[in-house]
Amino acid sequence: MTEPTLALTGISKSFPGVKALNGVSLELYPGEVTALIGENGAGKSTLVKVMTGIYQPDEGQIAVAGTPVTLPSAHAAFEKGITAIHQETVLFDELSVAENIFLGHAPRTRFGTIDWRGMRAEAQRLLTGMGASHISPSARLKELGIANKHLVAVARALSIKADIVIMDEPTAALSHREIEELFALIDMLRRDGRAILFISHKFDEIYRIADRFTVFRDGEMVGKGMVGETGQDEIVRMMVGRSVDQVFPKQEIAIGAPVLRVSGLSHPTEFADISFELNEGEILGFYGLVGAGRSEVMQAIFGITQPSGGTITLDGQPVAPRSPADAVAAGIVYVPEERGKQGVVTELPIFQNISLPSLGKTSRHGFLRLAEEFALSRDYSERLDLRAASLSQSAGTLSGGNQQKVVIAKWLATRPRVIILDEPTKGIDIGSKAAVHAFMGELVAQGLSVIMVSSELPEVMGMSDRIVIMREGRIAGTYANDGRLDAETLVRMAADIAETAA
Amino acid sequence: MKDTSLTARHIPDRLDSPLRAALLSWPSLLLAVAIALFVLNALASPYFLSPWALSDATFNFTEKAIIALAMALLIISGEIDLSVASIIALASTMMGLALQFGVGTPGLVAIGLLTGAACGVFNGLLVTRLALPSIVVTIGTMSFFRGISYITLGDQAFKGYPPSFWYFGQGYVWWVISFEFALFLILAVLFYVLLHRTNFGRQIFVIGNNPVAARFSGVRVERVKFLLFCLTGLMSGVAAVLLTARLASTRPSIAVGWELEVVTMVVLGGVNILGGAGSIQGVVIAAFIMGLVTFGLGLLNVPGIVMSIFIGALLIAVIALPILVRRLRERLTR
Repeated sequence: MTEPTLALTGISKSFPGVKALNGVSLELYPGEVTALIGENGAGKSTLVKVMTGIYQPDEGQIAVAGTPVTLPSAHAAFEKGITAIHQETVLFDELSVAENIFLGHAPRTRFGTIDWRGMRAEAQRLLTGMGASHISPSARLKELGIANKHLVAVARALSIKADIVIMDEPTAALSHREIEELFALIDMLRRDGRAILFISHKFDEIYRIADRFTVFRDGEMVGKGMVGETGQDEIVRMMVGRSVDQVFPKQEIAIGAPVLRVSGLSHPTEFADISFELNEGEILGFYGLVGAGRSEVMQAIFGITQPSGGTITLDGQPVAPRSPADAVAAGIVYVPEERGKQGVVTELPIFQNISLPSLGKTSRHGFLRLAEEFALSRDYSERLDLRAASLSQSAGTLSGGNQQKVVIAKWLATRPRVIILDEPTKGIDIGSKAAVHAFMGELVAQGLSVIMVSSELPEVMGMSDRIVIMREGRIAGTYANDGRLDAETLVRMAADIAETAA
Repeated sequence: MKDTSLTARHIPDRLDSPLRAALLSWPSLLLAVAIALFVLNALASPYFLSPWALSDATFNFTEKAIIALAMALLIISGEIDLSVASIIALASTMMGLALQFGVGTPGLVAIGLLTGAACGVFNGLLVTRLALPSIVVTIGTMSFFRGISYITLGDQAFKGYPPSFWYFGQGYVWWVISFEFALFLILAVLFYVLLHRTNFGRQIFVIGNNPVAARFSGVRVERVKFLLFCLTGLMSGVAAVLLTARLASTRPSIAVGWELEVVTMVVLGGVNILGGAGSIQGVVIAAFIMGLVTFGLGLLNVPGIVMSIFIGALLIAVIALPILVRRLRERLTR
């Protein structure tokens, strides 16, 4: 067996409250494409950051071509021949293609200045060699489309003679033809003897391009093998893994009349023709891949973006929120996925975060009443089992899970009709996850209606009454979650994998 | 760790006593500096401690401080208005024009205030409707407003304001308490209440800290910012009335460079130039400090150009100081 170009062994990495990676291993072999597979939050991105020197692992070894190395910085990883092509590749929009390719290692003239002519010629040679001669080396990067930007990133990888190329969901924003071009390029890199890590959710792509696979789940490596020898079903099972019927505090609630009705909701670029109903006391799960447009739909319902068409009715009354303030007034609230940026104001105390949308109620004639604010905040913090030293502590000092409780408390205090939770347990610890799940059960018991956007299968299947699956900005299907629905069907629907003969 | 107890855990309101927090705050430090400067001034000049000298000293800063009150709110919300001095020039010019048509004192005051407010509306619309950065917008309107003043007046001046109008800049409410100073004190209390005791004030802090989360929490961010620009314009109009009445004339170069002194006052008062933090108490004390420094240097016959060097140095120092202290503390804890 050939020696792996890059070998990671026993890598662990913790963040406050979360163990993102737990003793994982990964080998990349020369001239082979290894697919890294896993749900969102499985630890794939964390591992990429460890490999590119952005994060330092708490434990574990990294070996390049058999020699143990440390990667204290992105630059160190670069020098060891590791390069990453991200969904949003770190390139410079204002610089030319040639400058982007040779940034940091530009050819020099005798006088030590940059050899511009040589650089452009070399860039042209690289691009032509990749079959990308249509890209001009002197074009500004911002003039290129996303696919061509990827090509420039690959050219950069070739120019530094990187032996290890990491591609983190490179096809997410590409068209079918562009994906084929990218795959041709990957084939070329493979023939060149480079080791490639390919991260994707899409099974057809993995089967098309990868030689090996490694599956991550909850920060651990749960399986690996050769793609050619392993069936799709087996990989899906590894990925979904743990029995989906793990304990979820879902109580049987009588489902009432429709509360929210969305019909034909469309957006110029993000989604089209979204129609669904949400009933009283119901938890409606929204499942799909990242980029399927689920958050965008929710943000349109919450008034952050304006839909181009369609209607929303709440309790039979049409609502057209032009801002979140309108939506809140109508009784629709949204717990965003980007907790730190959109959810909490990290510098302000907990009680001010919680009382913010309820100031109209806690104040008198527009004047603050701190005692009322504290009482309201305490009420909801304690119901959510918030772990904090005091209510005057700034929200940023809390763990992710407790910050999420602050955001949920903030909205519950407004006594909404519909609460939309966008990835409510993403990146939070197990204990807080359970608290959030338990509370969702309580909410619907009180007659609230819940929309839960989630990419975690156990959560979607454990908590939802019905599940809407979105794919590429459209609804791919709506299912009653009655026990006959299995995880594999959901994954297939979301990723558009054809049913294999059972 | 899983807490399964059924009784909810009690979370206290606060751990530090508010008194302790207040004692360690920036305004308390500023107050100490202000007292030290007061003592220094008293020792340096025998004339300083007379009530009339102190009263005269207040004229140095009250007009700027009145603008600084509104500017503090604007900067806390994450915006800035650099056109305030030009608004004074334009408002003063409008009053002067009205005077040529025989408008009386109440009309003059109304025109001054309205012009200020209108300029604020203009700034506010450009920033919130067109989503332009306020620093660029108000640098533009800074030239624009004063430009109108120069076109109207050339090298002329409007004079002949009626004596009843002078009262706003030269009159006394009681003994040595000037109208200007009394107005500043009343406005300071009103702004304190607005910023620290109302929902509106709370929203200003939230917006300054995280405008995205504010919007996602149902705060009408653009509306709050727009109102703050109007308020800053209105206060500039107030300052224009006071200053024009004090000088009893209007020249296009009136109040040149004041925007920087106002911003210095606000930042010295502990308002974070990046938004999100600050207090009216701090700004009020900072206004007194600026007044004491200018007056003290004046008593020592220090020329005006040196004073502007001093104010520039002060501005850099107060911006740099908290950052240096934080770095030092981080290095020590590491």
